[in-house]
Amino acid sequence: MALEHADVLRAAHLARLGLDDDEAAHYLDDLGRILAMVDQLQTLDTEGVAPLAHPLETTQRLRADEVTETDQRSRFQRCAPAVEQGLYLVPRVVE
Amino acid sequence: MHDKTLTELAAGLAAGEFSSRELTQALLARVERLDGDLNSFITVTAEQALDAADRADAARAAGNAGPLTGVPLALKDIFCTEGVKTSAGSKMLDTFVAPYDATVVEKLRAAGTVSLGKTNMDEFAMGSSNENSFFGPVQNPWDPNAVPGGSSGGSAAAVAAGLVPAAMGTDTGGSIRQPAAFCGITGLKPTYGRVSRYGIIAYASSLDQAGPLARTAEDCARLLTAIAGHDPRDSTSVARGVPDYTEELDAPLAGLKIGLPREYFGEGLDPAVEGAVREAIGVYESLGATVREVSLPHTHYAIPAYYVIAPAEASSNLARYDGVRFGHRCENPADLTDLYKRSRAEGFGEEVKRRILMGTHTLSEGFFDAYYKKAQRVRRLIRQDFLDAFDEVDVLMGPASPTPAFDLGARKDPVSMYLQDIYTIAINLAGIPGISVPAGFVGNRPVGLQILGTHFAEARLLNVAHQFQQATDWHLRRPALAEETL
Repeated sequence: MALEHADVLRAAHLARLGLDDDEAAHYLDDLGRILAMVDQLQTLDTEGVAPLAHPLETTQRLRADEVTETDQRSRFQRCAPAVEQGLYLVPRVVE
Repeated sequence: MHDKTLTELAAGLAAGEFSSRELTQALLARVERLDGDLNSFITVTAEQALDAADRADAARAAGNAGPLTGVPLALKDIFCTEGVKTSAGSKMLDTFVAPYDATVVEKLRAAGTVSLGKTNMDEFAMGSSNENSFFGPVQNPWDPNAVPGGSSGGSAAAVAAGLVPAAMGTDTGGSIRQPAAFCGITGLKPTYGRVSRYGIIAYASSLDQAGPLARTAEDCARLLTAIAGHDPRDSTSVARGVPDYTEELDAPLAGLKIGLPREYFGEGLDPAVEGAVREAIGVYESLGATVREVSLPHTHYAIPAYYVIAPAEASSNLARYDGVRFGHRCENPADLTDLYKRSRAEGFGEEVKRRILMGTHTLSEGFFDAYYKKAQRVRRLIRQDFLDAFDEVDVLMGPASPTPAFDLGARKDPVSMYLQDIYTIAINLAGIPGISVPAGFVGNRPVGLQILGTHFAEARLLNVAHQFQQATDWHLRRPALAEETL
């Protein structure tokens, strides 16, 4: 499955990763070679083999529906780049 | 004191030969003097270390000392450490001071250990040479022109240089075992789920696992006993009792069945590495083990499967770095999309971007089944190879890496760097434990013997590694740098 320049730009946009055309060309070359290596997988017959998401195949444990977390907003916001009155600041979204 | 193992230091502290403060001061002085070019630490926490040492000495004076009280170590800079910069080797987190401790850190603190600081690593643990760190490459203590391996390169180099007796690392595709091999020390990757991932900056969540790097298997056993166990804050940590991993170290190996995977001795393996590994296996035969060839037929699909699954999980995990809640934020964003795109473009390094793009592409509409689902099916086949092998033998052995440490700057092409991990990566896909132990040299560069066991066979692996270290002295060899006394 050959990769095209537009695929790289599409992935960059989906990942919200700023990439100019030159950088996209560079990654197109790299990703093309990585995908060529990955394409070896297509030679293997996996008919009837179930996907394995987790090496121990355990199921997700459920916990009691109880409040266990306390409010630590001010502590966690100390590592934020911009906050005001307990809110995270971002550029205006709605005019 | 820097030439002693963690076990010897713990005994010296218990016998009152020296205090934790004296030991901590001596090692901090070594870090100060020797770590300039070595660059194994990103952050040295001297003040906190001396405070912790004093608390350890006070606990001992009060009769409250445990087996690790006052023992110094270092933490890979991927473990969140309250009040201390936790960078994951990235510009993205260069100013991030963690507001809480990882469970591993909490347990090590509770055990009375003294952290000297945070060690260098490939950015977000993505790399096999430590050259992908925002904070610069790390030298191999055996040879300043060689890489220390990665991604836990700083942890391995700090131990090999005698700056700390042990350090914590993480292993997603070989990131404990390969640097341990390259630096001539012992490194254990436990079974997936054995150690809590809570507070460990995530790379690929179905593969990541934390473990110790130290001089000996005995040291690793002591540390694993301290850090293993179920944690309600990590839903993938396993609810299963934690034994004292030192208890079985002395069990004799007579009758041990060793399997040599045919695929781990094939094309691409440096003949000198193979020679050292075969000699090590000869030592096991002399200890009463039997050796037979086995096959892991899907071995050469492991790297392709890993480079679908790991980047896919990474692209999802790294979506959290948005320039809003923590981490790097660009100047003067025009709008929200610009804020995201520029913060991430500026904060992430080249290899991280490559994997985010790769993961985003393979997870995107039209490609998901062909790549991600396919890789997950192959993952099951890879795991089954190991389960079948462990029906026939107790442990598997082979090289940890096809070559000894390569030169800094020698691997520029990402695919050739990825292929370096051929003997370690399948182990993470299968979730089984593995350990690398020093087994010789090629020139002045160490060779690691990798020993693999089935899920939760850590006690057996440590026993098998320890018995080798009773019969050989490769683990006692020190680079010239570590011989330097102050």
